[in-house]
Amino acid sequence: MSLNEDDVRRVAFLARIRVPEDQLSGVARDLNNIIGWVEQLSEVDTDGVEPMTGTGGLRLPMREDKVTDGGDPDRVLANAPDRAGDYYAVPKVVE
Amino acid sequence: MTRLTDLTIAAAARGLAAKEFSAVELADACLAAADAAQNLNAFITMTPDIARARAAAADVRRAKGAALGPLDGIPVAIKDLFCTEGVQTTAGSHILEGFVPLYESTVTQKLAAAGAVMLGKTNLDEFAMGSSNMTSYFGPVENPWRGQAGQALVPGGSSGGSAAAVAAGICPGALGTDTGGSIRQPASLTGIVGMKPTYGRCSRWGIVAFASSLDQAGPFARTVEDAAILLAAMAGHDAKDSTSSPQAVPDFAKAVNGGVKGLRVGIPREYTMDGMPAEIQALWDKGAEWLKAQGAEVREVSLPHTKYALPAYYIVAPAEASSNLARYDGVRYGLRVPGDTLDDMYANTRGEGFGAEVRRRVLIGTYVLSAGYYDAYYVKAQRVRTRILEDFTNAFEDVDVLLTPTAPNAAFPVGAKMDDPIAMYLNDVFTVPVNLAGLPGISVPAGLDKDGLPLGLQLIGRPFDEETLFRAARAVEEAAQFTARPAGFGGAA
Repeated sequence: MSLNEDDVRRVAFLARIRVPEDQLSGVARDLNNIIGWVEQLSEVDTDGVEPMTGTGGLRLPMREDKVTDGGDPDRVLANAPDRAGDYYAVPKVVE
Repeated sequence: MTRLTDLTIAAAARGLAAKEFSAVELADACLAAADAAQNLNAFITMTPDIARARAAAADVRRAKGAALGPLDGIPVAIKDLFCTEGVQTTAGSHILEGFVPLYESTVTQKLAAAGAVMLGKTNLDEFAMGSSNMTSYFGPVENPWRGQAGQALVPGGSSGGSAAAVAAGICPGALGTDTGGSIRQPASLTGIVGMKPTYGRCSRWGIVAFASSLDQAGPFARTVEDAAILLAAMAGHDAKDSTSSPQAVPDFAKAVNGGVKGLRVGIPREYTMDGMPAEIQALWDKGAEWLKAQGAEVREVSLPHTKYALPAYYIVAPAEASSNLARYDGVRYGLRVPGDTLDDMYANTRGEGFGAEVRRRVLIGTYVLSAGYYDAYYVKAQRVRTRILEDFTNAFEDVDVLLTPTAPNAAFPVGAKMDDPIAMYLNDVFTVPVNLAGLPGISVPAGLDKDGLPLGLQLIGRPFDEETLFRAARAVEEAAQFTARPAGFGGAA
């Protein structure tokens, strides 16, 4: 599997990362080197092997379904680059 | 007279208890050492006011006969990946520059509750992604150890600032995090002890997330005993991290001197790597001899999937990172770079806010999780991860602990390996499998190479058996008698 510049453009859009046009080929080369290297995993026989999502085998603990924190918009918004009242502000989405 | 900054945590605790010096004097000595070593760039933010206030509080407690324990009044440095209330937390990234958390991570909260004195926030590879500390937005960290011709070397990474600070004698202990080797590899490259506990031993709450199924906090120190003292204060269940373990935290410091008589030590034959320097192989053999001489039984074991750990890691870790780092969108905190539309604003912010290595890993992660590739890459890597865990589980039926080199090389020059990501990734070839399996691992300084640079040996243990690991690590430390210090930082010039 090899990525071309269109693939990089598509992945960069999915990741919401601006990759300037003149850097697309360099990024494609880097990604292809890494993807080519990880493809050695196809040598491993994994038939019937369960995928491992984490370690420890812990069952997720349950707790009572009640609010334990919150109600402090000024603290939540303290690091926001832009706010409007008790809300985060972003560029206009709907005309 | 011994300088205050040369003391171990255990020795400083004794000195404080005997009122030979105060916590404020100790903190001031460390702050002065940090000032004198500014060229290392080990810190992103110094917190002298917090340090002096906490030290003064420790002195007041002690005067009243209410000292808290072995860490009360002990100065520590904190990797700038732990959120600290009211103190800028950057993760080494432009995108978080100026971010001031309104809360404290559980681990740093626990250390503060034990009386530890925060000196400052240490430099790191951006979002803990790197093995050299070269990817930090705030510039590289220099290893206090230098090359033979005096050239600047990397301290390893990603916790390079914490490792450099301890190795340079700025502080007796520091906090790091380890996702693929980020504590153990820099410990090896700077000649100190670095420990990654079992996944789940320490709460991840309030630590800037990189790869959530792999990240763990752990200590740096100059002795195994000090690492045990720090871990005891850091560990424990936390309701705010659902993956933190409810298992009781043993008295790690008490375990340290238990000896290795009868301990079964495994030497994984697959850790012999092509092109590995002969002196690393020789040191590894010596480590096995040291343990044998103290009564351990050494035998060869096999971990057949070892060579697949690194490629599996470079699918799993970037996949998790691409998801975790989705939160840096220019909306809630950190950098915002304007754009005409919301999508433009996201893309501009993330394009400018992330450095090259972080962009690379997020793109890889996004690719392997994208439609059509998810099963071929991501699920495949997760299945290989199961194989790697099985290897360790099988080995631990025959042995109690594994002995390996920590890294395939000593410290390398600042700027090296930067044009070849895979060459850089190979630095973690011996540490990454431990994260994938969720096991505890520790690096102990064991010797110097032909250029006079430190090399570490790694011990790997069963899940939640840090006690055995500390015992074995102490035995290696005892035999190695590693007392070398970098020139200009306590060592001969």
